[in-house]
Amino acid sequence: MSATDVASAAVRKDLYYRMLLIRRVEERIKANYHRREMRSPPHLYIGHEAVATGVCAALRAADLVFPYYRSHGWYLAKGGDLNTLFAELFGRATGCSRGWGGSMHLIDLAAGVMGTSAIVGGTLSHAAGAALAFRMRGHDSVAAVSFGDGTVEEGVFHETLNFAALRRLPVIFVCENNLYATNTHIRARQARPEIHRHAERFGMPGVTADGNDALIVYSEAGRAVARARRGEGPTLIEFETYRLVEHCGVNEDYDLGYRTLEEIRQWEAKGPLEKGKTLVTETDARRMGAEIDARIDAALEFARSSPWPSSLLLPEEAVR
Amino acid sequence: MKFREAVRDGTIQAMESDPNVFLIGVGIIDPRAVWGTLAGALEKFGPDRVVEGPLSENALTGVCIGAATMGMRPLLIHHRMDFVMLTLDQLFNHAAKWRAMFGRQQTVPMVVRAVVGRGWGNGPQHTQSHHAVFAHVPGLKVVVPSNPRDAKGLLIAAIEDDDPVIYIEHRWLHEDEATVPAEYFSTPIGRAAILRSGADVTLVAVGPMVPESLKAADALGQAGVSAEVIDLRTARPLDSDTVVQSVAKTGRLVVADADWGPCGIAGEVIARVSEDAFDALKSRPFRVTWPDTSVPSSQAIEAQFYPGAKEIQTAAMRACEKGPARDLVRSTVKQFEGPF
Repeated sequence: MSATDVASAAVRKDLYYRMLLIRRVEERIKANYHRREMRSPPHLYIGHEAVATGVCAALRAADLVFPYYRSHGWYLAKGGDLNTLFAELFGRATGCSRGWGGSMHLIDLAAGVMGTSAIVGGTLSHAAGAALAFRMRGHDSVAAVSFGDGTVEEGVFHETLNFAALRRLPVIFVCENNLYATNTHIRARQARPEIHRHAERFGMPGVTADGNDALIVYSEAGRAVARARRGEGPTLIEFETYRLVEHCGVNEDYDLGYRTLEEIRQWEAKGPLEKGKTLVTETDARRMGAEIDARIDAALEFARSSPWPSSLLLPEEAVR
Repeated sequence: MKFREAVRDGTIQAMESDPNVFLIGVGIIDPRAVWGTLAGALEKFGPDRVVEGPLSENALTGVCIGAATMGMRPLLIHHRMDFVMLTLDQLFNHAAKWRAMFGRQQTVPMVVRAVVGRGWGNGPQHTQSHHAVFAHVPGLKVVVPSNPRDAKGLLIAAIEDDDPVIYIEHRWLHEDEATVPAEYFSTPIGRAAILRSGADVTLVAVGPMVPESLKAADALGQAGVSAEVIDLRTARPLDSDTVVQSVAKTGRLVVADADWGPCGIAGEVIARVSEDAFDALKSRPFRVTWPDTSVPSSQAIEAQFYPGAKEIQTAAMRACEKGPARDLVRSTVKQFEGPF
């Protein structure tokens, strides 16, 4: 059965909606960034949308995601609140982290978005810990943790995969391989850049798949989630994708010389929204776009009109 | 009850009283059961609550954070504090930050219990205490018990606490004996204890320097110097109020720390007394701390390394401008039989 067959029309629409929401939010951040209202380092998800979307569509509400600092897409795909996202970027008291986290530290507990980290590999072990807690309490929830290709070079990646496999924990490890750690190509960093093959050593399935095709992501994630929920342990999935703007910031960066404009345009042509065009009719896509734009307008208004945080400490914390 | 038996007592009772408490760490199912401090825990609670960890200290720390944010109360155990250095990313960048960074929506109720070695040539990488390193970071709490009663009470308090607590256990004290209540009880974190009342000089001590200070106080008493002894018990939050009140009375201060001097707890105590009770000071404060070098292995120089009652007594006599003591007390000599 192909990936296309497993998704109903409702799922296909849902996938497209989530991807479009992420893309439009990130584009609005791009367009507004020069106004200096959002003073936080943004790691935009433009180009990666299909990964978070496909994985989150395969999860239940009670499942948890543990994103990394390129987190806007994961936050939105899992159902994080749009108003509190923008309020956080604006540094307002109504932000999802009440102005204490910024772009790199989002959280929405009601939606199952766990706190994100600015440290490479920071949340891998948190997902394993949550999965251990699920096991101890007899829940059948699953933890999904996302990270970039650079994380594979960190010791904690291997430590956590081993522990999760040893204990058969319900975790799915989602690697977004976009070829670059900041501006350094994977071939300059990894002796054998076949990320999914790290799974072999720990006796868990390792998969590599097109991370720009939401249906493929949804299908691969669904397999891994089902396996984890059955108590059969973790899976490592390497999704091939591509970041279309600079590592941190809102601009293009081909002028730096580490990648060419041609390479960027090639990936753009096979980007998640391009590939996702067939998921919905043009009419649906237009209607979704209009609805999303209105939601973003409202969220920006919410953020702008929200109060600033007023105090560094809560009263009970005023100790030294 | 011995210190190490009190640690076991507190651990078992905490696990009995709260099903969310679990143990995790490298080598904790070893038959030696971490110097007997976990004896019987595996048999009683099983491998799902006594979780043997791979040699992956950093990941295990993150596993504890993840479990703690789900409402579990992990107790992460390290045979040496030196191994905790492998976990500082998770402790400083994650555990310590979690409450503030997400606007107080989550807490991380976990305990890192680390044993500090000394004796039998344990050398530079098996002997560090590092309480000042952790006490520097907002979001962490740090306790250093000095006696069996506090070993149990502070461990239970650390497990009950909603924030990450570093529990620093000096193996040097493991065989010390005292009366320990049999029932479940906690010793409040952030409160120092006045162990002996005195009028002429305040001796503030941390961990293994507490029994040395009591010994020094006895000797000082024979020389006509009345010393007040304060066991700091907690390195963060630091109970400087108790110290300041004492110095307001005595006017003299000696701080004895089981750690290096620079940027340490002894300096912090003196800074706070200077800020809050400068006018009360009749003489300049003194620090008794480790020499500014690594801990050596050879018994010939290890004995020179660790200060004790003698150095505390000497500092107190100087603080009181009494001239050198005629009868110097001997610092405690213990024979710790190795190999570990």
